[in-house]
Amino acid sequence: MEDNTYVARLGGTNPPLWKSNSPLLGKLDLELTERCNNNCIHCSINRPADDRAAREKELSTGEIGDVLKEAVSLGCLTVRFTGGEPLLRDDFEELYLFARRRGLRVLLCTNATLITPHLAELFARIPPLEMVEITVYGMREESYEAVTRSPGSFEAAWQGMNLLLEKKVPFGVKGALLPANREEMEEFEAWASAIPWMDRPAPWAMFFNLRARRDSEEKNRLIRRLRLSAEEGLRMLTREPQEYRKAMVEFCSGFIGPPGDRLFTCGSGIGSGCVDAYGFFQPCLLLRHPDTVYDLRKGSLKDGLTRFFPEVRERRAKDPDYLNRCARCFLKGLCEHCPAKSWTEHGVLDRPVDYLCEIAHAQARYLGLLGADENAWEVRNWRERIESMDEQSDLVGVPLTESV
Amino acid sequence: MESTTNLDAAYVPSEDVVAREIEEELIIVPLAAGMGDTEDELYSLNETGRAIWDRLDGKASLKDVVDELCVEFEAPAGEIERDVAGLVGELLKRRMLVKAATG
Repeated sequence: MEDNTYVARLGGTNPPLWKSNSPLLGKLDLELTERCNNNCIHCSINRPADDRAAREKELSTGEIGDVLKEAVSLGCLTVRFTGGEPLLRDDFEELYLFARRRGLRVLLCTNATLITPHLAELFARIPPLEMVEITVYGMREESYEAVTRSPGSFEAAWQGMNLLLEKKVPFGVKGALLPANREEMEEFEAWASAIPWMDRPAPWAMFFNLRARRDSEEKNRLIRRLRLSAEEGLRMLTREPQEYRKAMVEFCSGFIGPPGDRLFTCGSGIGSGCVDAYGFFQPCLLLRHPDTVYDLRKGSLKDGLTRFFPEVRERRAKDPDYLNRCARCFLKGLCEHCPAKSWTEHGVLDRPVDYLCEIAHAQARYLGLLGADENAWEVRNWRERIESMDEQSDLVGVPLTESV
Repeated sequence: MESTTNLDAAYVPSEDVVAREIEEELIIVPLAAGMGDTEDELYSLNETGRAIWDRLDGKASLKDVVDELCVEFEAPAGEIERDVAGLVGELLKRRMLVKAATG
């Protein structure tokens, strides 16, 4: 149908153009549970599905309803239901309909193993208005379940995805690159590209985060062994060298530079936030430091957004190593270091993360921004180097340094 | 499905949409499938559309709405009637509006 002069379509994931200010809360992440029916080897949050203590602490249906009502009143248009596995909640359908009937789009992040014919039919009849996001852990039962450690999960996930396909419920997939499924990369990408709603290549998670609650050093040791090294990561990122270089030239020219002692340089907590499974409001999904979470049972989303988060964002770094390195480093922006990553790795907000530093430096060397033995935080003429990068964009596809 | 506009009839927003006011924009969020060309679309009404939508309460006929708007906007009846019929027709096609039950 064509738009007439009265009704305008606001399609896809682009937000509407607001006449005045953006709403106080545009998007809300809602972690319905930390529990999951899988037990993925690399997961940063999961608890067992039958974890009674966790279940008893979770927000009730009514409490989640109150959060959603307030979110709507603040102008929120999209809620992401995530977890753990959000479909584990007995009240999922009720929460889904509650959100949709209040005019929210729902972005569901799921492993797809618990998608039933009834749920698929529900999503077909009352669509979520956002693509369902499904993480796929392997293309075979052996590889898939080597990751999930949950017998039967492969068949259940494929059944769930087939139900969505059958009912024409839009979904997208992403991969988690792990030793068990590494040989299946091309097969996965080819399969993903055939999914009707996948209009771009399937993304990969590969630099896995450590445990968000810092609750298991044993699991952290496993995650450290599983995540790609800087060199392996660089090889993955530069599989399409021309595209990578083009994207990075554009990105680096606008979005990198030393942050000084400011800790929060991202948009976390501005117009968005995450409510964890127990009612704590966080600037982002990963950041669970006790000083940066707000107890919604004692307050409101509005107070969190207008008072608490701005105070959090004002925090400054004090750690000498951070001030010597990250505060001066022009790769900030390219580097994925942030207070949340520092929290998961070190238990504080302002410590360098060597793993992320290595990844950023590997990329910078590949792009010709750094010499082999240089540390980015010691570079003074970074602006010139970035401008020079622009000038060399004609050499797209030609590595300026040897590929790792 | 009602597709032609009847000026003597009253219309009301369908139960299959949720109308939300966000930062002075009226955003219409579909609830049911098949209301747009893709399953992720939202809709907004322009100022004229908004003025008409706010009066579609299921009680006033479209003729009443036209009369009211003529007074409020001091505009000729023909022009207002064209706008009302245009918006209502568009919303009926998208199943966002239904004829109100009579009596």
